[in-house]
Amino acid sequence: MQLIECPWCGPREEVEFHYGGQAHVAYPEDPAALDDEQWAHYVFYRDNPKGRFAERWSHAAGCRRWFNAVRDTATYRFESVYHPDQPKPVIP
Amino acid sequence: MAEQLSRTHPLEAWLPAFAELSGAVRISAEPFVPMTVLRADPATAGDVRIRGAALPTAPGSWASAGAGWLIWLGPDEWLLTGPGAAPEALEEELRTLLRPVGGSAADVSAQRIGIRLGGPRARQVLAKGCSIDLHPRVFTPGQSAQTTLGQAGVLLLALGEDEFAVLVRSSFGGYLASWLLDASLEYAAPALTS
Repeated sequence: MQLIECPWCGPREEVEFHYGGQAHVAYPEDPAALDDEQWAHYVFYRDNPKGRFAERWSHAAGCRRWFNAVRDTATYRFESVYHPDQPKPVIP
Repeated sequence: MAEQLSRTHPLEAWLPAFAELSGAVRISAEPFVPMTVLRADPATAGDVRIRGAALPTAPGSWASAGAGWLIWLGPDEWLLTGPGAAPEALEEELRTLLRPVGGSAADVSAQRIGIRLGGPRARQVLAKGCSIDLHPRVFTPGQSAQTTLGQAGVLLLALGEDEFAVLVRSSFGGYLASWLLDASLEYAAPALTS
């Protein structure tokens, strides 16, 4: 089974983690000002790249903390993990 | 006449099987102990002493706090066991300590029960269902881990070289007890003679 490196607990089995979708989706500055289409884009529309993707993960069976990871969606290889308050790394 | 129900340990039915194990692996049920979850910002709570112990900040570590354990659960979360205290009193004691630094305390005594594992084969038994590195050089006394053992989520503490505590949600206690007994079968049975 693949091991995922939790920024706090270290490498753990994949089953301990929960996927949280695309990372760095900013909450709208003024949600009330959005029309339905803009709100739908914020809630539902996500990137779906083949290759490196910045994602949110939760160490659900461990420290229960959220963190971000850059994962290659084609090979499933985790390239880096970082704390949620750190900026999005430059993805080549 | 109403029938009186007596209080029993959730693992009462497994105690005779625990008692029959040989010395290579010893399993026992920990008595009921009040537990409290603490939340605080480690930056402001650095000077707080919980029953003589500072809040451990290293991930996966625990410290002795009085007769109990103060266990790291997350960067701003800890679990304290307080044997002998009343659950409400323990919660109130910790609230008083943490309120000035913006922290909180919540009683979670009913959440987990403890199982204690000992003996020279205890590490092998745990390693059968746990993916973390349990080598004696890596998982040393003073370390803890929240992980899965078998199919159950557990909080694992290394108490000594060959001594472990497994804290598990009480509804998973019976499953885990059966799993541990099954895993220790090969060390418990007398050697076959040909």
